[in-house]
Amino acid sequence: MQVTVNDEKRECSDGTSVAELLEDLGIDMRYVAVEKNRQIIPRTQFNEIKLQESDTLEVVTFVGGG
Amino acid sequence: MEDSRLKLGKHSFNSRLFVGTGKYQTFSLMKEALEASGTEVVTVAVRRANIGGKAGESLLDHIDREKYTILPNTAGCYSSDEAVRTALLSRELGISDMVKLEVLGDENTLLPDPIETLKATEILVKEGFTLLVYTSDDPIAARRLEEAGATSVMPAGSPIGSGQGVLNPNNIRIILETLTVPVIIDAGVGTASDVSIAMELGCEGVLLNTGIAQAKVPVSMAKAMKLACESGRLAYLSGRIPKKLYANASSPLKDF
Repeated sequence: MQVTVNDEKRECSDGTSVAELLEDLGIDMRYVAVEKNRQIIPRTQFNEIKLQESDTLEVVTFVGGG
Repeated sequence: MEDSRLKLGKHSFNSRLFVGTGKYQTFSLMKEALEASGTEVVTVAVRRANIGGKAGESLLDHIDREKYTILPNTAGCYSSDEAVRTALLSRELGISDMVKLEVLGDENTLLPDPIETLKATEILVKEGFTLLVYTSDDPIAARRLEEAGATSVMPAGSPIGSGQGVLNPNNIRIILETLTVPVIIDAGVGTASDVSIAMELGCEGVLLNTGIAQAKVPVSMAKAMKLACESGRLAYLSGRIPKKLYANASSPLKDF
């Protein structure tokens, strides 16, 4: 199935969890916050929440800034 | 002279200098500069995570969180919706309940949009944030932000990254007389004397980034900023003499 992560289309298999997708994408899970379809997903639910066709994810982290 | 700690919500700090983490050439230079500045609060920005590449070094691996409190900002947001969304995401990272709200009006001036800033302030106060709000040096806007529940109001000394210092000390003085929440100068600091001026006026703190990060020698500039912050604060607490038009001799007048 197809999902969108930070505006990029990604393929993943049915039943993929948020945590699995982040791992596949090489994202350091310690320092990210995730929105699915504009709803924040608590970190504690990264493992249990499964993705569905055409879900849209926003994955952010901290970078240098003033 | 004894000084009280700077209180912001449930936090309190000895250092009154807040330092940004942007624009350093390397993480290790940033680390050294933060150390030299004596800061206890460092700002960070929220951005999309890199995808696909190798998981590079993370900024947070270079910031000792035992030593520094992280202050995420909403830099780069141009509407209250966007800023609120960014603030909520920053809190979800689980590192800080503080946020520096920044809702900009346009890309050339990077001046705050006062209407959107106020709207976002009202929402984020309800969300329970320790909220530091970037604003212009307009005393009325500052007052409205305090009334809306901002933990601290942060007027720009001059435009972000411009290094022009505190352009309108009179407005800052009016803000200081009007507000009861801590006033922290945010933006525009170019060199040490700019920090001193802000602190001598009675500001509770100064936040800066470019002035250190883009100095020729960031680490020694960081130290200069630290000393300026301390010396400005001390001068403020000591009570300066009023400015007078005419001379007033320091030596006893001749009486022989």
